[in-house]
Amino acid sequence: MDTVTDLSLREIGLATSKVLGRTVEVTNDTHIGRDLAVDSLALMNIVMELEDAFDISIPLDRLAAVETAGDLSKLINDLRTKA
Amino acid sequence: MGLFDKHLAYRDAYKAIQQAGADPFTVRFDAVVSPTEGVVEGRPTILLGTNNYLGLTFDEKAIAASVKAVQERGTGTTGSRIANGSFEAHVALETALAEFYGRKHAMVFTTGYQANLGVLSTLVGRGDHLILDADSHASIYDGSRLGHAEVIRFRHNDPEDLAKRLRRLKDVPGERLIVVEGIYSMIGDTAPLKEIAAVKREMGGYLLVDEAHSMGVLGATGRGLAEAAGVEDDVDFIVGTFSKSLGAIGGFCVSNLDDFDVMRVICRPYMFTASLPPAVVASTLVALEQMIAKPHLREQLNSNACRLYDGLTALGFVTGPAASPIVAATMPDVERAIAMWNGLLQSGVYLNLALPPATPDSRPLLRASISAAHTHEQIDQVLKVFAEVGTALGVIDGQQRAFA
Repeated sequence: MDTVTDLSLREIGLATSKVLGRTVEVTNDTHIGRDLAVDSLALMNIVMELEDAFDISIPLDRLAAVETAGDLSKLINDLRTKA
Repeated sequence: MGLFDKHLAYRDAYKAIQQAGADPFTVRFDAVVSPTEGVVEGRPTILLGTNNYLGLTFDEKAIAASVKAVQERGTGTTGSRIANGSFEAHVALETALAEFYGRKHAMVFTTGYQANLGVLSTLVGRGDHLILDADSHASIYDGSRLGHAEVIRFRHNDPEDLAKRLRRLKDVPGERLIVVEGIYSMIGDTAPLKEIAAVKREMGGYLLVDEAHSMGVLGATGRGLAEAAGVEDDVDFIVGTFSKSLGAIGGFCVSNLDDFDVMRVICRPYMFTASLPPAVVASTLVALEQMIAKPHLREQLNSNACRLYDGLTALGFVTGPAASPIVAATMPDVERAIAMWNGLLQSGVYLNLALPPATPDSRPLLRASISAAHTHEQIDQVLKVFAEVGTALGVIDGQQRAFA
């Protein structure tokens, strides 16, 4: 399970770096809005990158509860195991 | 901790904008004297940001019908149609809309925003899938939050990405409702509707097109993008508004689907709002007739749109993908967007300042909307002012002065 989480965390880091145009490191505890200064629009673009990377659709209603990179990673893993 | 503390970042950003000059969000017109002319701080001002595409706000017949209705039927309905009943004009307007679109059913809402809120939250529910273009209007996003369907976004104007999303839902139960707009309100681009309709036919689902900015603007008879793209049979629902081409306020939805009228007793944004006042319904009915009777307004509008679009592009401004009644110039940064907006207003040109996150790709925009009622002289004056202010602020280099 750890490797799965590591993979999605790494992809979150890559997607965020791509959208923000600067290299960022993320851990489970990284707060997406506060620590990464990601606004709602940038978050949507990050999500689109992740959807492509994992070939999933992340429903907007499920994103509402996401605050940290760990939350997002868990959501991605939930959606992947469901699929 | 106060209630507004969580909004402090917005307050600070708003203050910074106010300090740069006039407040773009509270511009006050001392007078509006025609569809294209107003007065701001005593200055005659060209209105270039009012979505008044056909210039029908001052149509004499529409005004006369509105005056007659307010005298004969009063100032308001004072309640919703399910509680207080309908006036005959509400029904007449729905009949006229259904006939115009060649569809069996039409339902009128009190605003365009509520039409999306009501329709999207009612058509799909728990276990269904709402699939939105990523650049959808706020009313579409808010409608998606009011309902209980799963909400998925596809990349703006990307039929292949839409197909990908639908493929991922293969074998997943529930209905699918795809939502796109005829003309997107920020930069005026249109949806690739032919291709999107093809994806819908192949993958299944329902298709809703919001023609708020394209009604009266696109299509041989003004029915919008679905008509222009020749795919009206693939479009299950059309949502629109009376507050743009028809010069009033209100929204609607038309459809051929059986049982459409059940929405009248389950659609909360329809049920729990007072219905449109008689004067508004009366002017809207006449404006619809005028729109149908005067196709040359559409030609005039498109010719005006090209004149502004070509002129701004020739000056070196970064404009949208094609000429449309919405012409947006992308500004290099928020600071210069605000300065440019102020400079234009000081020089007698009013348009819209659009800032991220309400704009695509986090780019600040100056958004102009053209009217059939603009004269060539007004558009040339706008281009002259754009050239002067844009050059002074270094938004364009001032060397490209090729516009006619």
